[in-house]
Amino acid sequence: MGEFTVHRVRFFHYMPSAVRALAFQPQRQKIAVARTDGSLEILNRADHLFQEKVIPGREQRGTEALAWAGQRLFSAGLNGELVEYDMQELREKYRLDASGGPVWTLTCNPQGTRLAVGCEDGTVKLFEVCDDGIQFERNLAKQKGRILSLSWHPSGSRLVAGMAGVIWVFDAGTGQSVHRLLVERGTGAPRSKECVVWSVVCLSDGTIVSGDSSGNVKVWDGDTGTLIRNHQVTKWDVLALSVSQDETSLVAGTSEGTVVQFQHLSVVLGREDKEWVQTRTFKNHTHDVRAVLELDTAVVSGGMDTQLVVRPLLDKIDVKTSASALRKIHFPHRRLVSCSRTARLLLFQHRIHLELWRLGESEGTGVPGSSLPIKRKPEKLLHLKTKGEEHICCSALSPCGGWVVVSTVTNLRLYRLQCDETISITKVSKLPKVVSSANQICFSSDSSYLFTASTCSSVHVLALSQSGCTFVCTLKPKSCSGQAILLLTASDDGKWLAAANADHEVQVYNLQKRKAYCTVPVYSSGVTAMSINPATNNLFMVHADQQIFEFSLEQKQYTDWSRLVHRKGLHPQWLERDTPVTNVTFSPRNPAHVILHDMYMFCIIDQTLPLPERNSQLVNQLTLRSLPEKERRAHSHAFKICKTFKELLFVELLEDQSLVVIERPLLDITAQLPPPVRQKKFAT
Amino acid sequence: MAALYEGYTLCGLVPTQNPPESGIQGIELDRDDDRVLVTDSTRSVTVYKVSDQKPLGSWTVKQGQFISCPAVYNSQTKEYVAVTNDNVIRVWKTEDVNIDQAFKATVSAEIYRVHSVPDYEPVVLFRRGGVRYLDSLLTAPQQPIEEVLLEDEVIRWSTMVRTEQQLLVLFSSEQRGKHFLYVQRFSPNTLVKHQLEAGPHLSAPLSYAATFREEHIHLLYWFPNGSVYESVLPARHPAPAAAEEVQALPRSLLLQLPIGEGELRSASALPLDEAHVAVVGVSHPSAGTGKDYLCLWNTHFQTLQASRELAGKIYGQVWCYYGKLFVTHGKTLSVIPFECQKSSLAAALGKLKQTRTNGNCRSSLVPSWNTLPHGDKPGKSRGVTTRRTVRRAHTLRTNMRDAICTHSGPVEEVEQKVEMFLIGAEQAEQQLAVGRLVCELVARCRAEPSFYPRVSLLQLADTRYLCHSVCPGLLTLALEKKDFRLCQVCLQLFPDIPEAITCACLKVILGIPDAELECVALEPDSLHLMKALTQGPVPSNDDGGEHNGFCPAPLEEDGGGSTAPDAKVTPAPLDTSDRGTKPCKDLPAIYMDCPVGLHKGALLNEVLQTAYSDSLLLPYLKDLTVTQVILFLQYLQFLYLKYSQDVLPQIQALRMPAVTQIMEWVCLLLDAHFTVLVLAPEAKHLLSGLHKFVKSQVKLFSELGKIEGSLQVLKNSKQSHQTGQYSIEVVELF
Repeated sequence: MGEFTVHRVRFFHYMPSAVRALAFQPQRQKIAVARTDGSLEILNRADHLFQEKVIPGREQRGTEALAWAGQRLFSAGLNGELVEYDMQELREKYRLDASGGPVWTLTCNPQGTRLAVGCEDGTVKLFEVCDDGIQFERNLAKQKGRILSLSWHPSGSRLVAGMAGVIWVFDAGTGQSVHRLLVERGTGAPRSKECVVWSVVCLSDGTIVSGDSSGNVKVWDGDTGTLIRNHQVTKWDVLALSVSQDETSLVAGTSEGTVVQFQHLSVVLGREDKEWVQTRTFKNHTHDVRAVLELDTAVVSGGMDTQLVVRPLLDKIDVKTSASALRKIHFPHRRLVSCSRTARLLLFQHRIHLELWRLGESEGTGVPGSSLPIKRKPEKLLHLKTKGEEHICCSALSPCGGWVVVSTVTNLRLYRLQCDETISITKVSKLPKVVSSANQICFSSDSSYLFTASTCSSVHVLALSQSGCTFVCTLKPKSCSGQAILLLTASDDGKWLAAANADHEVQVYNLQKRKAYCTVPVYSSGVTAMSINPATNNLFMVHADQQIFEFSLEQKQYTDWSRLVHRKGLHPQWLERDTPVTNVTFSPRNPAHVILHDMYMFCIIDQTLPLPERNSQLVNQLTLRSLPEKERRAHSHAFKICKTFKELLFVELLEDQSLVVIERPLLDITAQLPPPVRQKKFAT
Repeated sequence: MAALYEGYTLCGLVPTQNPPESGIQGIELDRDDDRVLVTDSTRSVTVYKVSDQKPLGSWTVKQGQFISCPAVYNSQTKEYVAVTNDNVIRVWKTEDVNIDQAFKATVSAEIYRVHSVPDYEPVVLFRRGGVRYLDSLLTAPQQPIEEVLLEDEVIRWSTMVRTEQQLLVLFSSEQRGKHFLYVQRFSPNTLVKHQLEAGPHLSAPLSYAATFREEHIHLLYWFPNGSVYESVLPARHPAPAAAEEVQALPRSLLLQLPIGEGELRSASALPLDEAHVAVVGVSHPSAGTGKDYLCLWNTHFQTLQASRELAGKIYGQVWCYYGKLFVTHGKTLSVIPFECQKSSLAAALGKLKQTRTNGNCRSSLVPSWNTLPHGDKPGKSRGVTTRRTVRRAHTLRTNMRDAICTHSGPVEEVEQKVEMFLIGAEQAEQQLAVGRLVCELVARCRAEPSFYPRVSLLQLADTRYLCHSVCPGLLTLALEKKDFRLCQVCLQLFPDIPEAITCACLKVILGIPDAELECVALEPDSLHLMKALTQGPVPSNDDGGEHNGFCPAPLEEDGGGSTAPDAKVTPAPLDTSDRGTKPCKDLPAIYMDCPVGLHKGALLNEVLQTAYSDSLLLPYLKDLTVTQVILFLQYLQFLYLKYSQDVLPQIQALRMPAVTQIMEWVCLLLDAHFTVLVLAPEAKHLLSGLHKFVKSQVKLFSELGKIEGSLQVLKNSKQSHQTGQYSIEVVELF
């Protein structure tokens, strides 16, 4: 395969934001993740936890709580507003002021008909979920102090609210309080510091479980209002609680970064009376665990350290598969970087700004494994801030390096870029009115067209010229599921455009005839990366379950290579990887070479070589290196995997056959986090 | 360890009408240990001489009569007793040709069995539970017999057990699925009824066996699911009140035998000694489904000790007399001699160790003057031997062993016989016999103070089949007789010497003057090690004064300076050359002469290498006197100093104490005699020297720790180069 010069880039200071809330939709197996920057992610648990949808956030508007009402998703935050999201168009549907001051908590009754909102002013407000929105129904009896946590009784007749020092039990019908449970300060806590109930859970037998700031998980009898049991799980706060559907297991997230599991077990074997017993402690976080979900076979937790951890409960799992392994999700499952191969430019997408960098240059050659001396350092050309409060939804850099396009949920901007000796950037005014925003943007290979994904899976085509930008046409799919487009890719010869949407559909358009051409057979798993081979016009797709497909656009069928892959099956180790492939690209010199990467490796697939045997070594570069030249041929297979570079955000092959890898070491992310709660360790 | 020897056929079995029975009712002892009385299931009684496999005499009852229980030998009247047609007792002598003309008496109730043990009057057990002595029954045959059992209760099994003072008759009965055990004691006559515990999955017990040992009767019974239970009954008369009602009999699971699929039908278990059980009719754990095996199991460790596949059908009948098992199988009655060694963990575990040492060093390196010149040849050369000759040879050797044990001749004769025995015996056989032989010899030595077969004991110990639990008296005897050569062998070979004995050895060795030890021939290898140790860089005085290098000298002057001893201690050969001319006391921390003689050192080395547990050793160590402690500490210090110099790699010895062993002993000694050493003025010098050296060592190691740390940092920094923001690297893909 040969040697590659690799530009190892670590100056993309991508910083994910902390996880604030989690909500699970059991029918469709969707996990909604709210982050402190207001962004929302939808993960599909049935599809290898693929991050299917991302709704960008907004400055000054953090989300505090999330709730599913059936298929609909609501959130609330400290700005006092309730938001419903449009899951198809990936934007807010509407927002509504709850008029009770900052909202701390939000919960939907199990029937999916009423929302309860806990406000700063001490009221619990009930909203009715209507077809076209939500409608204020009533206030429950007002209390002194803020409502910090809420939980519905599974029957929907009662509502439990946690405050500072008190838990109230309300009758949802009359709105009057039924019980008042006093939560004592922990022993040794200062008198001035009140015990704050951060989380409550109400079980179907009336039992109430609370987690508070003195580190206790308390089990109350909801009928008599007495404390049954107290578990001191940490010296710090218990921030989140979640109970399994069958109410046999409960997890609590703490400020120490631990997740503690409780199980409803009979203490004496064979006896009927059961108790909540602390069983396991998981430590996968370094910082506060702000949100937990108990999903029967796994515990999902997220917090200040920005990662999302899916910890399997091995006692509930019969067959050990890759799906039952511990998973940590650090990076978004989409591209944040675009690259101009000829101009050697990189565009980094941050929350509210873009950065444009020019790669450095080296001189001379070196032996494999060595670093080359740097002749010219990389250069930051541009720092482009967006206007308004909205976060960037998508961005792109044209292949020639002359255009930059960036879009938020409501606003799309196109810039003309000239970077010779001096950098000049001019905003293209008078964009066609159709293209006010985009979910996904892509340039044609000769940079003469811009494709923007719009509502209802449609794609607008814009022609770019020195004078400006003109609207050409709108491409619409033959049959529309209405889902937002997640990926767009155009062929090198300017003839084809492929668009993948959230329903796993891939539409192919003929750009010359400007109409829909065909639909790739729908696969059960979502497309995580795709690209059209410039030499053969085959569409190369990688899915969330790590399967690889190659679809010939001209013949409208899978290629022989693709059929071979599926007849033989991919290597088990390949299928066991737990991060999705986020970029596919081709070698300009050898069209049979496909370059793709996930978080932990990049891989060059040589389609001319035989596929790896099931029982052979998949990552065999070290073995091959140790073999003499003649024997390498016999041992090599199609997958050339390189694990030298880790925690990858992006890999691209430049025109001169050198690679760009963009690393974001997790240690660097951790270093930027606030300090965790102090814990006594030995010898400190 | 237990073994089954080559078996042989005593007689064929008469085919019976009802196939599940073997055709033999019972086998009872005759007048001596080589004769048995075999009662077949129909009409005849035969006396066999077992070793010759020959019948000596046979008696048959008339057509139409039948023998209803096994005939027994009454050793008091030298007559045979049998029961025909359930209620006619027949008594006859060897000279009687025809049984029908002999004495007979008809009794009023049906007889279940007649039991007889040597030197006691036979006992008659009736079907309904009554028990009578034979003589009292014969004086009034028509006396009424009481009914003990309930209506539907039947006797399943019975036996008679002889305890120290009296006889006991045990019989078990069954009544509607419940199982009872009756214990009949005589003078005064008492009958105690026990109920056997019934489990949910347990049906009727397959077989019972009872033995008497340690003032208790051990009842063994096992169930078709393979579990063997043991119940313990007191042999003495119980409290009278308890005799009235039925007592529950507690039991404990002794052995769980693998039975394969299905339940056992015809099988039997028989206790051989306190740890071994012979079992017939159970499959071999690794042989699959076939159940025709005779197995010896160790109940202490739940291990299979020996097994033998038996040809033909198994009837589940097994008897054991005088080291022979009588088993019916197929169409024959086989006699299988067996041997059980005293069961000990050391014997089980120590075997592994011994086979290893046997392999590499015993043959070549250990001098062969004590191993036998052709130790294992006879066993190998006798490849083609008939079964008969093997058996002959075996019995010959068994006799020889017994002869040695009972022999009362002078030492020389015993030694000669032992040597003969060792030449002849095969490995497995030796292993079984040697322990018993040594025990007998030790017992005799204790009885006759003049008798001490030095060479024989050494030869026997050197077979490596011994351990302390097999012959507890050997090492103490050797110590008493000051046989240090044997002591050394025992210390080397026994894996399980108790701490008390180890300490006793240590005490004797430390207490004995060097001069006395010099004449003892010890193992050359251990002496070689001591020579190498004493010939350090500084020439040592070999003539062996106890304290020659270490006259107590006031050392207060260098007590304060902590850097000065460091300079001395750093092992620098150049430095020693000029300092070596000075008197020894200037260099106490590094060079000292051996405080004990070569032989004493060699023995102490053996003690150092024995296995021990420190908490058990500590109390015994306190018994040492102050002078012994100081001497031993000096010796340990000497060893420690030697080991810290570079002499160690030059020494090529098979066994030598490890540094950790030396350090542990030093710690133990200091622990045990802390106050004594603090108070004793003569220990002061020794302790300060030791302390100085240890301090320097600690210093050295702390320096090493620092070096390790910096090397670690260097290594880490090599690995993690380049963490910059940007670099251009070259990778190669293949």
